[in-house]
Amino acid sequence: MNIIVLLKQTFDTEAKIQLDSNNNVITDNIQYIINPYDEFALEEAIRIKEKLGDVIITVVSMGPRKVEEALRQALAMGADKSILLNDEVLFGGDEHTAAVALSQTIKQIPYDLIIGGQVAIDDGSGQVAIRVAEILDIPQVNLVTKLDVENNKLAAHRQVEVGTEVIEVFLPAMITAQKGLNEPRYPALKGIMQAKKKELKILGLADLGLTENQVGSNGANLKVISTFLPAPRNAGRILSGEISENVQELVRLLREEAKII
Amino acid sequence: MSKGIWVFIELRNAKITNSSYELLSAGRKFADKLEQDFTAVLFGYNIESLTDAIAQYGVDKIILADDPKLEKYTTDAYATVLTDLIKAKQPETVFYSHSALVKDLAPRVAERLKTGVATDCIGVEISDDGQFKFTRALYAGKLFNQVYSPHARPVMATFRPNALGVEDPSGVRNVQMEKVKVQLNLENLRTLVKEILGKVQNKMDLTEAEIIVSGGRGMKASENFKLLEELAEVLGGAVGASRAAVDSGWRDHSNQVGQTGKTVSPKLYIACGISGAIQHLAGMNSSRFVVAINKDPEANIFKIADYGIVDDLFKVIPLLTEEFKKMQA
Ligand SMILES: Cc1cc2nc3c(=O)[nH]c(=O)nc-3n(C[C@H](O)[C@H](O)[C@H](O)COP(=O)(O)OP(=O)(O)OC[C@H]3O[C@@H](n4cnc5c(N)ncnc54)[C@H](O)[C@@H]3O)c2cc1C
Repeated sequence: MNIIVLLKQTFDTEAKIQLDSNNNVITDNIQYIINPYDEFALEEAIRIKEKLGDVIITVVSMGPRKVEEALRQALAMGADKSILLNDEVLFGGDEHTAAVALSQTIKQIPYDLIIGGQVAIDDGSGQVAIRVAEILDIPQVNLVTKLDVENNKLAAHRQVEVGTEVIEVFLPAMITAQKGLNEPRYPALKGIMQAKKKELKILGLADLGLTENQVGSNGANLKVISTFLPAPRNAGRILSGEISENVQELVRLLREEAKII
Repeated sequence: MSKGIWVFIELRNAKITNSSYELLSAGRKFADKLEQDFTAVLFGYNIESLTDAIAQYGVDKIILADDPKLEKYTTDAYATVLTDLIKAKQPETVFYSHSALVKDLAPRVAERLKTGVATDCIGVEISDDGQFKFTRALYAGKLFNQVYSPHARPVMATFRPNALGVEDPSGVRNVQMEKVKVQLNLENLRTLVKEILGKVQNKMDLTEAEIIVSGGRGMKASENFKLLEELAEVLGGAVGASRAAVDSGWRDHSNQVGQTGKTVSPKLYIACGISGAIQHLAGMNSSRFVVAINKDPEANIFKIADYGIVDDLFKVIPLLTEEFKKMQA
């Protein structure tokens, strides 16, 4: 069985976001991590491999060369191979162009199951995996918190507002991981050593058989007009009386000053 | 030239969702401003009785796809019917609410139509040249941007619950009813919903709640969340949690607020025994009012709270619940 994991490198969740004078995000001093939802995706792939044995996991990512760190980490955790799409013309697009580039890459490798995160914590858009599924013409189950693979069939729990749907689907299929699916492991020393020898292939536009018009900002439908920081929140009032006075005062403030109850 | 604004109405437990009423309220205003027709699209089974409530919002047209194959959501059925409708009628704009269903549906439909979709929008405005401009949160609210679709049509966007607001219905206009004949080959539906396990700790989804009472590690145990449930009940709100509370197994992940949970912007957010880590703040700092209850005066949460009480939450919360009850009596 061949599993592909879609992985994005994101800022660490501790990161404080600041803008420079051109309204670009300042990246100095930023620590990077594997998007947490993609880490669930990867962990699930590794667990399936541990269970079924004969599985090859290929991690596919797009981004600057820095993403190699994330791919090495994925290989150290237990993935077998990795591919990085690294080409300036591929960047600066939207969810459609990202999906075009990723699916074009996936078409070159055999796959039965593709797993991605349900959302990336940076742009919060949650579209790319589903668009890839559409381009590859395979079904998807989104927001998955439990997954069972049996032969060529999947049973997945999907988190929705009113509860959990139990969904069955035949392979090949796309799954997007939601928190709750598993607890990702830390790479072991042995894994880190082995990762150095595993394949990390770097591809560019020419390798994908795409033209410049199809990718990056040229191919994007959505354009960014402006970027801005939220209005800062200031510390308000700490109530410093005796406990029952504080509670009464709080209720009064919510009613009379904030006018929300 | 394509014209017209569509809103996709969503049902939950056979009722129209609050977020759908937000779309109906906002959609009518935009349609008036742009002088376009306003259409509500409703999918499901045995749903005709719901069209009266929709008509109250002044829609010009209701497109009704009433079919047993649409009773439960499946990606293939909904995506096929909706894409075909959009291709046939060419609306200029399609708006959705950002729900689990739409997270699954909208990117599929958008890719099939080769258009963009701005997801989880928290604001929208119309530019002077009649283009929709959408505001989105990045890094769960540490940053924002505004996006638009200069050429691709339809323009599509999904809105975070409470971003648009529900207004009183503007009144029935001359409504045209269009019933769609659903033509679906069951063999082409690739996913099968076997069952739905109902296990939700909140009656209301967190993102839709106007008041959220959240608990963190300071709650100490699962059973203590009863205190927060009682308070939320009195206020008509929902219970949220920090990751520490979720990871301790006290609450379901669907309750988690923050960068790897839900981003919420209720009118009132009451943080109990939550320290205010950056990942938590990202998910709730667009709340209108924040109240913090924490025994540590140095806790970070006080830096962004409008009102704070430095005390033991196990003493404060019951008193607070009592006080609200008294007020309502
Ligand atoms: C990749 C990543 C993603 C993350 N995503 C999220 C996320 O989405 N959401 C999130 O919340 N966190 C997230 N975190 C975790 C975050 O960093 C914090 O660890 C977490 O928010 C802490 O939760 P807490 O405030 O409940 O616990 P603590 O930080 O332990 O705070 C507990 C607070 O309770 C107070 N307290 C204790 N007892 C009482 C009492 N009797 N009365 C009153 N106050 C009391 C204490 O003074 C303390 O301030 C993430 C972390 C990482 C690394």
